Amino acid sequence: MTAPDTRTVTREAKHYKSDVKPVWCPGCGDFAVLTAITKALAQMGIAQEDTAVVTGIGCAARLPGYLNVYGLHGIHGRALPAATGLKLARPELTVLAAGGDGDGFSIGGNHFLHACRRNVDLVYIVMDNEVYGMTKGQASPTTEPDWSESRLTPQGPGVEPFHPLSLALISGANWIGRAFTGDPQTLTHMLVEAVNHPGLAFLHVLSPCVTYRPEQKDWKKTVRREAFTPTEDPVEAQRVLETDDGFNAGVLYHGRRPVYAPAPEATAGMADLDREFVL
Amino acid sequence: MASASLSIAFTGSGGAGVMTAGQMLLAAAGRAGHYGLMTRSMGPQIRGGESAAFLRLARHPVGAPDDRIDLLVAIDWENVTRFLAELPMDAGGLILADPAQGAVPEGLVAHGPTVGDLPLKETAKSIDGGRANMVALGAAAGIAGIDRAAVDAVVNRALGRKGEAALTAARAAIEAGFAQAREHENGHALAPPETAPAEGTRWNVSGNEATGLGALAGGVRFVAAYPITPATDVLEYLAPRLEKLGGNLVQAEDELASINMVLGAGYGGVPALTATAGPGFALMTEGIGLGIATETPAVVVDVMRGGPSTGIPTKSEQADLDIALSGMHGDAPHVVVAPNAIADCRATTEWAVRLAEALQVPTVVLSDQFMGQARAVLDAPGAAPDVPARRTAAPDDAGTYRRFAVTGDFVSPMALPGTPNGMYTADGLEHDASGAPSTLPEVHAEQLHKRRRKLEVFDYGAFWADVEGDGPAAIITWGSVTGAVREAADRLRADGHAVRVISLRLLLPAQPERLAAALEGVDRVLVVEQTEGAQFHRYLRAWYDLPADVRCLNRPGPLALRPGEIADALKEGAAP
Repeated sequence: MTAPDTRTVTREAKHYKSDVKPVWCPGCGDFAVLTAITKALAQMGIAQEDTAVVTGIGCAARLPGYLNVYGLHGIHGRALPAATGLKLARPELTVLAAGGDGDGFSIGGNHFLHACRRNVDLVYIVMDNEVYGMTKGQASPTTEPDWSESRLTPQGPGVEPFHPLSLALISGANWIGRAFTGDPQTLTHMLVEAVNHPGLAFLHVLSPCVTYRPEQKDWKKTVRREAFTPTEDPVEAQRVLETDDGFNAGVLYHGRRPVYAPAPEATAGMADLDREFVL
Repeated sequence: MASASLSIAFTGSGGAGVMTAGQMLLAAAGRAGHYGLMTRSMGPQIRGGESAAFLRLARHPVGAPDDRIDLLVAIDWENVTRFLAELPMDAGGLILADPAQGAVPEGLVAHGPTVGDLPLKETAKSIDGGRANMVALGAAAGIAGIDRAAVDAVVNRALGRKGEAALTAARAAIEAGFAQAREHENGHALAPPETAPAEGTRWNVSGNEATGLGALAGGVRFVAAYPITPATDVLEYLAPRLEKLGGNLVQAEDELASINMVLGAGYGGVPALTATAGPGFALMTEGIGLGIATETPAVVVDVMRGGPSTGIPTKSEQADLDIALSGMHGDAPHVVVAPNAIADCRATTEWAVRLAEALQVPTVVLSDQFMGQARAVLDAPGAAPDVPARRTAAPDDAGTYRRFAVTGDFVSPMALPGTPNGMYTADGLEHDASGAPSTLPEVHAEQLHKRRRKLEVFDYGAFWADVEGDGPAAIITWGSVTGAVREAADRLRADGHAVRVISLRLLLPAQPERLAAALEGVDRVLVVEQTEGAQFHRYLRAWYDLPADVRCLNRPGPLALRPGEIADALKEGAAP
């Protein structure tokens, strides 16, 4: 195994982009996330080879192919377990997990809870557009109950949406923030903060789907920038979330919860293990 | 007359201590220079319910239970009727039971075994802190002719931590058991070992422990898994030892997470493994497919139990063969191996790890409850054959590195994260040689072909199967059933019948040329397996050329296939 020290180098954002053309629709919010990641990594001087981006399935999950870093584009809903395995095996790497709201909160919902609880040193970016884009416009766990544009749920899903920030907080995530792709500069700053914060950092990104949710173009009017005042107190963060309508942006919580321990140093060899069985 | 092999069963309700008595007797027999095997049967109850320990002690290595039980020591008769089929007693057998527990069940005495009284409860009561299972241990050891000093040494080691009072009580109970045995001696004593084993050459190990050890020997340093019977013992063995070796075991939230964590670690360059049973394996199949598509090393151990669905979690079967071979969607070539004995769990699991690494492919190890949870005194297990290490890449900055380039042996050097100029995306989408997603038919065909051919052109060597004996009749089998098949063949040979045993260790990729060579001169085949649907027989039919005369002896779990019935089946198939 090659285990290089994390190098600090001078690089530009463009070095982190691959030459693969995204499948995303023109105007998709996910472009801003792609650019913000390249800028944040360049700003922090983390070498491309020391970075890995791990995703599941969906529009947002196409991200690794568009980056010139190590990537794992896995299966639907399982970005967080794959990222967890990679980070625990190779703690010196910077590992980002990413995906959309369906990948993260529906099929991958259980992993979201347990990744927050486990608190491995990862960043988890969810590009939330409140719709399944890749399968052509079905309701997701964050879609409003009366959204009736999908042929799958013509009367609307009829189910109250998840509140991802609340879930992350009660599950044990160590850093929680919400950003908006219409404010790319803040998005980049928050990404840097998320990478630097130990433990699981959950960055909820409001990322409009111009194709299936064109009304989300209005988010630039509804999103309230820096609406959260960062707190270390989970009770205070919980109180703030009681009145959150999903459009408050900023860092909600930065905690000091214990980070899941990496592998300890070896203290024995195989011969010691063989001896245990000798009569 | 002293016996070369002695089969002993302890029965009692859960908590009566039959497993403890069984394990101590096995260890004591091992110290006295005998070989031994202990299997267990348990009900589904968390506490209580029925349980039985089955031991076979012998002067030769033991791979299977015998056809019959020589000695049954019953601590009580609680639910024993559920075990009747597992307790074949005949006129040569001896049942020792506590009269205070009521009459011996009719089904047990039908074939005329001798019944003797063993007042376990009363005897235990007369000793301060005495326990019935220790009296039973003493009685069984006495009848088997196990040296008292060997029993004491085991008791000292097992109970030493509990203090002098516990030790004194146990020793007194064992002494009382030995005394009572003298009243029932009936020639069941084991013949003494031919030679005393050299120091350090015998092990006392379970199949699941040997599997864990093999994983570590192969280089596994990351494990993610979700508890499931009967695979949990593998994980319980691994967790503290991985810590000692500087590795890591994560208890995942489910099997979907387990396999994906393993793939993440494998992608990162650390040999990784998960262990599960049928239901968990079913959940992992999509992840295994991802490992196949992204050419990521991973090892999945399936300790098989009765299926389908929840099935019989505590009992053995070989019925996950179909899903292990063919459970993935798409054209999904991978490796499937199966240990065929407790000792072999070590080498075969080690081999699986090395194959997964060398071939960059998920590798499935099919063990089972019978082998996994059985414990044996055996000759120290061997290691796996040499396999090349994972081929990694250290590309220069020319920008020409292609992760999935088609090479001469179809294995492409893998850049590990952290390697400059090696950045690529491991993608579950079909991808071209560079890793970029592609829907082009020629790219799909090329990558599918590459992933199949890298497994086909690899030389697996002689370890692909165990081929033993000669002659025109062959038994083809796999997995834990091999123990009983080997003994059947030994008996047939002793009777003057030439018989060949072929036990396949490598199930995928199939090795038709190797089997054809192993079958040269064979005109009659008996297939032996523990499934209801003859899965192994159908697998053989799909991949191999077999002689015209093929019979199949197959039966679902949990009843063990016994040497006598296998020998009979081969003889029945012989031309008159």
